[in-house]
Amino acid sequence: MTSAHTASAPAEAEPQLQTPLTHRSLPRRAAPAVLLVALLAGLGLRLAGLALAWSAILAAVGYTVAIYSWSRAVEGTRKAFDRMVTAIVTSAFLLALLPLVSVLWTVVDRGSGRFDSEFFSYSMRGIVGEGGGAHHAIIGTLIVTGIAALISVPVGMLTAIYLVEYGRGRLARYITFFVDVMTGVPSIVAGLFAYALFELFYEAGVRMGIMGSVALSVLMIPIVVRSTEEMLKLVPNELREASYALAVPKWRTILRVVLPTAVAGIATGITLAIARVIGETAPLLVTAGVTASDNFNPFDGRMATLSVFSYNEYRSPGVPPEPSFDRAWAAALTLILIVMLLNLVARLISRLFAPKTRA
Amino acid sequence: MPPTTEKTGTRGAPLRLGDRVFAGASTGAGVLILVILAGVAAFLVSEAWPAVTAPSEEIPGEDNIVLYIWPLLFGTLLSAFLALVIATPLAVAIALFISHYAPRSVATILGYVIDLLAAVPSIIYGLWGAQVLAPQTVDPTQWLEDNLGFIPLFDGPASATGRTMLTVTLVLAVMILPICTAVVREAFLQTPRLHEEASLALGATRWEMIRMSVLPFGRSAIVGGAMLGLGRALGETMAVAMVLSVSGDVTFDLISQANPSTIAANVALSFPESSGTEINVLIASGLVLFIVTLLVNMAARAVINRRRDFSGAN
Repeated sequence: MTSAHTASAPAEAEPQLQTPLTHRSLPRRAAPAVLLVALLAGLGLRLAGLALAWSAILAAVGYTVAIYSWSRAVEGTRKAFDRMVTAIVTSAFLLALLPLVSVLWTVVDRGSGRFDSEFFSYSMRGIVGEGGGAHHAIIGTLIVTGIAALISVPVGMLTAIYLVEYGRGRLARYITFFVDVMTGVPSIVAGLFAYALFELFYEAGVRMGIMGSVALSVLMIPIVVRSTEEMLKLVPNELREASYALAVPKWRTILRVVLPTAVAGIATGITLAIARVIGETAPLLVTAGVTASDNFNPFDGRMATLSVFSYNEYRSPGVPPEPSFDRAWAAALTLILIVMLLNLVARLISRLFAPKTRA
Repeated sequence: MPPTTEKTGTRGAPLRLGDRVFAGASTGAGVLILVILAGVAAFLVSEAWPAVTAPSEEIPGEDNIVLYIWPLLFGTLLSAFLALVIATPLAVAIALFISHYAPRSVATILGYVIDLLAAVPSIIYGLWGAQVLAPQTVDPTQWLEDNLGFIPLFDGPASATGRTMLTVTLVLAVMILPICTAVVREAFLQTPRLHEEASLALGATRWEMIRMSVLPFGRSAIVGGAMLGLGRALGETMAVAMVLSVSGDVTFDLISQANPSTIAANVALSFPESSGTEINVLIASGLVLFIVTLLVNMAARAVINRRRDFSGAN
């Protein structure tokens, strides 16, 4: 086709000669320009009185349709479809981000109302209406989660050591499989298990802080096993072999060579595991229960925790309900701050104590 | 582990006391986990049994135990399944965006944010769902009833409080998004680089490259991630307990005031005020939930592990 055209006058052939060599494509700034137009249109709709969500959705749909049809006209169906998918994937991502941002914003916005010193220094004993705090619940959360960590960390770490260093054959396979299964045990079932266990030794309807710890341990052990196992697997075999070659017994090799090498990763994993269980509500609701006063003895009676406190303030508010709701949100904010703090600590640990990769 | 390590450990020098103690302790910890899981099953069965044999007068609602649990199981499955239908495509899109669309520096931060969101306690999603999302859904559900009322899902009458099954499924979908995304993203990132580059070199557009090399590679991870999310949604307690207005009807109507509760939410709502046989009944329902999630999770793990075996050779 080109050869036929080169024979004709050069003035005519010039534009046609250029086109067949490369595919026709949109100008480089086409996508940002269309996006800008769509955003402006969305802004216009918003100013015209449409709800924010609808304007955003219409802008996204408008952008997708516009870029698809323009690209289809110029670049052909394949390129056009590619641009459409890019638009859809990006807007799906933004759409999914929306509720998550809304959750965080709401917690900070509503929680800061009662996020004061009284909230941290008072319990709910004798409080009706305004005032009161979550002192008892915060300490309760720390005690219950702390005991859960005391139970889970040794069991979880030893199991991981067994799986990586000793485990062979059928038993190790079973343990790996059931640790995976345990990861998926619903938290409320863990709570019911702790209740059923303690009901054997105490009277029916028993509530104790330690029961909550046992329930949380059921949830926490598999997380600790998983993360520790991953970290131990990363320790190079050469280190173990060098140690054996120096006639160091296996247990000392594990204690002095393997564990110190992996300690940063293990500590990170344990911190994240604590962050995961510290916000659990359902298992504590059926085991530790809720109370208005300070009770720091995990073996004696009901014990308040932050998450259950928040739930209880929401579920049975006073009249008027606002002070209770404010306390519920303040507890939620405290909880989310603790979780974020633990995540931050975990990242710091892995950053600061990671083994040096270069000599 | 290479065989050399094993030989030095077991042959050669006689086992020292420290070795025996350490091996024993770690094996014991492993066995303890099996015992705990067996204990969970055993205690639940032993506490649930009185509910099965109890006369029907003692069951709440004075009915058969099966008739008591069935609406709860229906609500559990319905809400979890719909949440999955909403969350899976979004999770795939987010994972694709993080792994193949976003610039590298942004992608790392986004991955971290997603992990962080997986750690947000469920009580917070519950509060958010009940006090922020539910009021927002009142007008849209009214619109759904007026315009799409012929679909059984939107039969109505639309709830005036927004505490509907629809709101619950949305909250559950938001809650399981991070875990689904994490699994899928992990698989997408492991797509062999050479497959991607080969298909781009043959002139494929980015979408064609994704469709032909990334998605086939990540297919079982998508299934596995979705089923892990399903397991989460089935067992989710607080969000449902705090958002849903419950009546015990078995209905597919998502937007009305009358909704079936879920097993987990029902336990959380009824347990604090229960005594005697009622507790046994609740534990029996918990046992049913345990079995259902166990099956779902085992299936999910099987799917994910099959991919691991397969991809190891590539």
